[in-house]
Amino acid sequence: MDATHAHDHGHDHHPSGLMRWVKTTNHKDIGTLYLWFALIMFFFAGSLAMMIRAELFEPGMQFVHPEFFNQLTTMHGLIMIFGVIMPAFTGFANWQVPLMIGAPDMAFPRMNNWSFWLLPVAAIFLIGEFFLPGGAVAGGWTMYPPLFIQGGVSYDLTIFAVHIMGASSIMGSINIITTILNMRAPGMTMMKMPMFVWTWLITAYLLIATMPVLAGAVTMLLTDRHFGTHFFNAAGGGDPVMFQHIFWFFGHPEVYILILPAFGIISQIIPTFARKPLFGYASMVYATGSIAILSFIVWGHHMFTVGMPAAGQLFFMYSTMLIAVPTGVKVFNWVATMWKGSMTFETPMLFAVAFVCLFTMGGFSGLVLAITPVDIQLQDTYYVVAHFHYVLVSGALFSIFAGAYYWLPKWTGHMYDEKLGKLHFWLSVISMNILFFPMHFLGLAGMPRRVPDYALQFTQFNQIASIGGFIFGASQLIFLIVVLKAVRGGAKATDKVWEGAEGLEWTVPSPAPYHTFETAPMVK
Amino acid sequence: MKIKRILGAATGMVLGLATDLAHAAYELNLQTPETPIAGQIYHLHTLIMYVVLAIFVVVFGAMFYSIYAHRKSRGHQAAHFHENTTVEVIWTIIPFFILIGMAFPATKTVLAMKDTSSPDMTVKVTGFQWKWEYDYLQEGIHFFSNLSTPRDQIDNKVAKDAHYLLEVDHPLVVPTGKKIRMLVTADDVIHSWSVPAFGVKQDAIPGFIRDTWFKVEKPGIYRGQCSELCGKDHGFMPVVVEAKTPEDYAKWLADEKAKMAAVVEDPNKVYTLDEMKSKGEKVFTSHCAACHQASGMGIPGAFPALNGSKIATGDKAAHIDRVMNGKPGTAMAAFAAQLSDTEIAAVITYERNAWSNHTGDVIQPSEIKALRK
Repeated sequence: MDATHAHDHGHDHHPSGLMRWVKTTNHKDIGTLYLWFALIMFFFAGSLAMMIRAELFEPGMQFVHPEFFNQLTTMHGLIMIFGVIMPAFTGFANWQVPLMIGAPDMAFPRMNNWSFWLLPVAAIFLIGEFFLPGGAVAGGWTMYPPLFIQGGVSYDLTIFAVHIMGASSIMGSINIITTILNMRAPGMTMMKMPMFVWTWLITAYLLIATMPVLAGAVTMLLTDRHFGTHFFNAAGGGDPVMFQHIFWFFGHPEVYILILPAFGIISQIIPTFARKPLFGYASMVYATGSIAILSFIVWGHHMFTVGMPAAGQLFFMYSTMLIAVPTGVKVFNWVATMWKGSMTFETPMLFAVAFVCLFTMGGFSGLVLAITPVDIQLQDTYYVVAHFHYVLVSGALFSIFAGAYYWLPKWTGHMYDEKLGKLHFWLSVISMNILFFPMHFLGLAGMPRRVPDYALQFTQFNQIASIGGFIFGASQLIFLIVVLKAVRGGAKATDKVWEGAEGLEWTVPSPAPYHTFETAPMVK
Repeated sequence: MKIKRILGAATGMVLGLATDLAHAAYELNLQTPETPIAGQIYHLHTLIMYVVLAIFVVVFGAMFYSIYAHRKSRGHQAAHFHENTTVEVIWTIIPFFILIGMAFPATKTVLAMKDTSSPDMTVKVTGFQWKWEYDYLQEGIHFFSNLSTPRDQIDNKVAKDAHYLLEVDHPLVVPTGKKIRMLVTADDVIHSWSVPAFGVKQDAIPGFIRDTWFKVEKPGIYRGQCSELCGKDHGFMPVVVEAKTPEDYAKWLADEKAKMAAVVEDPNKVYTLDEMKSKGEKVFTSHCAACHQASGMGIPGAFPALNGSKIATGDKAAHIDRVMNGKPGTAMAAFAAQLSDTEIAAVITYERNAWSNHTGDVIQPSEIKALRK
């Protein structure tokens, strides 16, 4: 190990200034770029959500007109998915996968640079739409035709942006798969890989399988819009429902793309702070694989109200319910990992525990929605909004916070401010529930989603949700402060930051040097 | 402008708060089911909630006990076990059986919901941006159903009614105790016809006809909303169903037929400019103002202005064609099928002579009739 360090220091001269970031091929730099990009987009898409909650504080139209409201919800969804959660997880993968498997860098460093720099281009396309005549895209993030065919030039820009982001994701996935399969340190067999590496390997396959499907769907939209094809136009012999089938064949695996890396992060953090190895490692791997495979045969549950035959409804109901089994296995394993541990509750662990509990609640409402007749009642109501925000905010987002707090000392070399971290956690977890829990009731009572105004009986819960939303939004500024403080200074972090931490990433100094593992470590 | 807006919002909040107090209600569960299907859905949901709650208490009871007892600060030493095949197999199999227990009643309900055979009556409903059209196929009557909440309530200028946003000018009327089959389709984009108390939600898809059914026992007024994003006024497209006893329904049906017979217009009648303008303003308000605005200014970028526009002040034939046939690929609908000859002639006359448009053109119903093939 000593020899490696000396070697590292000898080569630790790296380019500086702006061009370092533009031209970088270093996995740590690219990871950092992804993470900052995700953070900036998070605040942008979050501010759109604040406008949505402000408009919905009261019945009646207050601040925006309905067309602009639709733009807010559409862009909030598109950017949170493609601009925040996915890039943040890719940032984690870039930083951590090579460190965890003992590789000096990603397999294709130049492609890595390319796949990052496509993202800001796509983001400029999306955000720029607000300044075009007619405003941004307002057809919902699911882009259903024929509504999507009606829009103006910003709809074409959205299709372009989706193409670019898809290309970026596919290149990133190729890189991750190749790195994991070929660049593991000697002795690290597949079944010795950290869970985070496993979940990303499976996620990358999901991305490669589904992104081209989305690209195909939006290309068909584009040709329907401009070249007189009638894929989705009934008047020309097409089928609007076919778009939904194609879209959700991408869209359902996509929700697992947004959650599998979260499972990985949580599976790293809980053993560390329970000071006990992950319970049921092998069954975790198999469960992750089963979830990924099942995710391809459940897309129809997004479309129970389009009028599919009873056989179709039953097939998709049964297959959807099946996903509860491997997901349950994961939750039981996390609880068993905590059981009889020696637990401490630093901020990463707090977020991880909240993840397990609240993500499971999102899973439960998912089970409710899997039951076709109940889903038909709740389709396109706020119940669905509550469900997917429980899995994506307290699921994906909280795991990103947990991972960020967990690895910040390794990335920056400084401990983050634990007091501020805990404040961020408690404010987030409480306000998140105030924000999304009442939406279950709104949905049960029949309030449709994507409406800028609502009937009077929905007022109270909307006001509670909005207040929760404003607190949640404001709390995220604390996270920004924590990150900036840790980047600028703070207590020096040790190599093995956490007492119970295991894995190769904790064998290199903090901050992780620019070049690591130039001589591959041996894994026993 | 800005100050006006803020003031408007402030008045809105005061008015809103006053109405809140009047209607303070925290609905926690599904709406009261009014049909057998909705009842089954209600019970399915309750059943799943009990299962889910039980699992939650067991799993997170264990987790929180462990968080309480197995802490380092209490001096707890970590155990070293990290797998147990028996336990792992058990907690894979048990959920499987729980799921089968839930799937069984759900399957029965799915089959019941899908059984639209042998209805007593069939109504076709068509979704438009942004209104519903009801077609009583056997009875031979049809009408549109528009939101009837006044604009001033939406803009917070006056207090809101109890049924704010859930009221229409012409509800769907059906008899109680009859199996009613709804044929659902759409004219422009996808909408979704939904009445929560009936357990009915069916997407309305252009070019396709889907069906669903309900049978309601209690006379009353049941309310729902469009449930698929359909553009700007998606939130302003309520569904209102009025269930009447078969006798009252028969009376209503007779009235409705008489009314329809009374308004049959003579397409060859010749109107004056003022007659057409005042008729046209009414048509404009209910069919065009949502996009083009009462001021005729439209919404810049999204919906074109008619005030001073090339179409509304230029060639008459092009204007008539646009209103009758719409503009494909945009939200501009073809109104030929929706409006009568007189209505189309009136609204075009209005558009060509309102605001700053002073073409002086009077379009007669006969001109529209001649264009229909």
